[in-house]
Amino acid sequence: KWSERKVTIFTPMSDQQETGPTMRRLSQLESVVLWNRARQIKRELKQGVKKPYREVIDISWGDPQGGGIKPLSFVRQVLAACHYPQLLNSDKLPEDVRQRAERLLKECAGRSTGSYTATQGIPYIVKGISEFITRRDGGVPSFPNNIYISSGSQWSLQVPTSLILIISSFFFTGVLTPVPCYDKVNMSIRELGGVTIPYYLHEDQGWELQIEELNRALESAKGVCNPVALYVMNPGNPTGSLPQRRSSFSWLMSEFVSYKKVLAEMGPPISETVELASFHSASKGLIGECGLRGGYVELVNVDPAVMEYIYKLFSTDSCASVPGQIALNLMTHPPQPGDPSYSLYNEVIMTITQLMRVFEVLNSVPGFSCQPVEGGGFAFPRLHLPLNAIHKAKEAGMQPDEFYCVRLLEESGLLVNPGWNFEQKEGTSHFRMNIMIKEETLEGVLRRLVSFHTKFMKEFS
Amino acid sequence: MLRRDLHNEAVNGVPCRGKVLTLDTMNPNVKRVEYAVRGPIVQRAVQIEKELREGAKKPFTEVIKANIGDAHAMGQKPVTFLRQVLALCSYPELLEDNKFPEDAKKRARRILGACGGQSIGAYSASQGIECVRQDVARYIEKRDGGIPSNPDNIYLSTGASDAIVTMLKLLVCGEGRGRTGVMISIPQYPLYSAALADLGAVQINYYLDEDKCWSLDIKELRRAVTEARQHCNPRVLCIINPGNPTGQVQSRQCIEDVIRFAKEEHLFLMADEVYQDNVYAEGCAFHSFKKVLFEMGPEYSSTVEMASFHSTSKCYMGECGFRGGYMEVINLDPEVKAQLIKLVSVRLCPPVPGQALLDLVVNPPQPDEPSHTTFMKERTAVLAALAEKARLTEQVFNTVPGITCNPVQGAMYTFPRITLPQKAIDKAKEAGQVPDMFYCMRLLEEEGICLVPGSGFGQREGTFHFRMTILPPTEKLKIVLQKIRDFHQRFTQEFS
Repeated sequence: KWSERKVTIFTPMSDQQETGPTMRRLSQLESVVLWNRARQIKRELKQGVKKPYREVIDISWGDPQGGGIKPLSFVRQVLAACHYPQLLNSDKLPEDVRQRAERLLKECAGRSTGSYTATQGIPYIVKGISEFITRRDGGVPSFPNNIYISSGSQWSLQVPTSLILIISSFFFTGVLTPVPCYDKVNMSIRELGGVTIPYYLHEDQGWELQIEELNRALESAKGVCNPVALYVMNPGNPTGSLPQRRSSFSWLMSEFVSYKKVLAEMGPPISETVELASFHSASKGLIGECGLRGGYVELVNVDPAVMEYIYKLFSTDSCASVPGQIALNLMTHPPQPGDPSYSLYNEVIMTITQLMRVFEVLNSVPGFSCQPVEGGGFAFPRLHLPLNAIHKAKEAGMQPDEFYCVRLLEESGLLVNPGWNFEQKEGTSHFRMNIMIKEETLEGVLRRLVSFHTKFMKEFS
Repeated sequence: MLRRDLHNEAVNGVPCRGKVLTLDTMNPNVKRVEYAVRGPIVQRAVQIEKELREGAKKPFTEVIKANIGDAHAMGQKPVTFLRQVLALCSYPELLEDNKFPEDAKKRARRILGACGGQSIGAYSASQGIECVRQDVARYIEKRDGGIPSNPDNIYLSTGASDAIVTMLKLLVCGEGRGRTGVMISIPQYPLYSAALADLGAVQINYYLDEDKCWSLDIKELRRAVTEARQHCNPRVLCIINPGNPTGQVQSRQCIEDVIRFAKEEHLFLMADEVYQDNVYAEGCAFHSFKKVLFEMGPEYSSTVEMASFHSTSKCYMGECGFRGGYMEVINLDPEVKAQLIKLVSVRLCPPVPGQALLDLVVNPPQPDEPSHTTFMKERTAVLAALAEKARLTEQVFNTVPGITCNPVQGAMYTFPRITLPQKAIDKAKEAGQVPDMFYCMRLLEEEGICLVPGSGFGQREGTFHFRMTILPPTEKLKIVLQKIRDFHQRFTQEFS
């Protein structure tokens, strides 16, 4: 059910001596120590070096399949049949798989998934996406012409963003981005020549986005840069928050409401003027096909003359990866009740119980606190670290949460993503962990985490 | 409602303004971006196809899209072995199916073993799956007669285009007279001009010599760079070998001369070698820039900075839709390499099916493996057909008065020169079109053949060309060539 939307934003190019301006900006945030050490430890384990654990559990990425969750059979059967149509000659694959593969192959030039496609994506698939959006948004119309499929949503983010960011020696163009925020977004913005204008999500209120804070952020940009865009993530990454909260545990029932739907419901003139780009991906949600790289952007109220240039920019990259496009089609048009593959497809990959378990455990251990995870597939608990630990971190030349994460990796084999990578309120520490993993794995993760944390807190008390 | 009113109208106390993003407020660099291969003529072709589907009567029943280097779209069959392994990787339950050969299963298992969660649906490392990079390095070593290749210098990418743009992003900087200048051939593959426009780099054109079979002349390179130094900082030299759109295959001597030139002028070399298997002409052979560089000795091989690009979209595979590719970087500053990793991580990772496919391309069935015979048969057939079509195309076009065609030594295209009557040129101007676009549009409307006008690739002032792919099946190609010949004669007559 969860879907992650990302918006990419650009960062300005500075004038680094020998390399492009991008580079100086990108060098700011990155926990190189942690990733290098993880690689090293994985190698050592392969070589048989003895450690308190047999393998590294990598929950630093939002990657369900990387976390051991099996892909959906329907998706993989259709893909296999599309790549190797000989499979359609037997009855081995279910009827609905064969039908879908036939339908998709009909839409591929030369009946091959190896052909280029139209720039925006295979028209049949793009149309399917517009139908999916309309259905999801209770009838709000969606037009295929406004949809572009790309190899991963980051790219579909970068194209429109590159249009609104102007690189000038006289001023910076700014994009409001949340704190904390998915790190690739900030990197994208900076890479493309813009600056990020942080607005802080209110942690104690379930990472609430407060309008007063948006206004404050906008004010802070005066004289510094020219703000042109607002980036929101719904559900949030890393926070997992949804914009509307209900009381206590009724958040478990909260539904995703798209920005586009709300915009439409607000009626003209706002619904006809606010320019909106919405992003989605086959990397998350039920389908979780990160490696296939399928994402899309829907553009609303964008000037038609500008749309022509968006088309041109996308066309220079030819087209999105065809397996990714197919994955999107299978996401927007899953098997229906009555189809042979329906029941298998709908086996829930992650239960509400799992979510509650994470919330429970993380809030029961001193030194941890965690806001409810309403969506998004990650938990972003807060670390309340003892002063001694903070000092030790400083000595080691690391941010406190980075220090914690390195120790967590070394001693328990758990790889998580330090909060520092996502930017956070000064003086706070967090880490992000992927919870879109198998139930057994999650239990193991929580066990290791609590055990390590208790020892760590004791050591530095 | 008039625009004016919108300015005054308030909703919840918030005044509504005009759009944030308009042509005036848009990043001005983007205005100069063009990509003719998917440009207006192709959009018209798509429209015509729609009209045909809706029952419109035209002098033809289908549009032949000879504008884009897409072999499968033109009917070329995928190589069986590649698709078998891709199917196995996509749906590993098929590993139990005895209809799949052992060597395909072996490779699928190896690839899956290298993927997170044993699945191609997991993200890979941003630089690409490690064992694939190792296989690519081994392939390069074998291809280049043993010259070592370090997997750490291999970056897998979403097609070669992705890697090319990434390198340009690293290289383009500075302002005013210090702005990076990038040398590219005229004619060129318009990804380069588009990327340079988007990045606000200075494009430095060096002209290939049409009269000498599109050869590259160092004197011309020197002229271009010397002139460019007056208004920018030339830092990069891009070369496409075999060439696109021209198909010329550089001689070993020429490659040496280019490397020497790059060293003298302190230029970063970008060698686009995606057509390296597509060499047809007698006496021509592919020489990789890296191989030649290393054979020139340490004075060059340890100093010249270079990136070579390859892809799964061309050669005998033609797997454009999978977006597989890589680049190998040579002598890149280690600090820059660290930054490069970060840059490629922004898009997370290249499509994993494309990475898997690349692994098969660099690791094909060996003579002692079950799929070898069929694989070699299919590969040879594809390349032989292309060679035959290259020869046929050159031959037919050269029989047409007003069309001159250089030999198609390699790649997948022909770029013949067309002589247009003055009246046609004038008519084009009236219509607000570039003359070769005018010509190609007429060809599209009258014969249903979609080509790309030479103006989309760059050409000497006053000359006109078109780029046509040699990909349609031989029988269809013969018909296409005939139709173009007839059209050209009609067109010439009409405007004489």
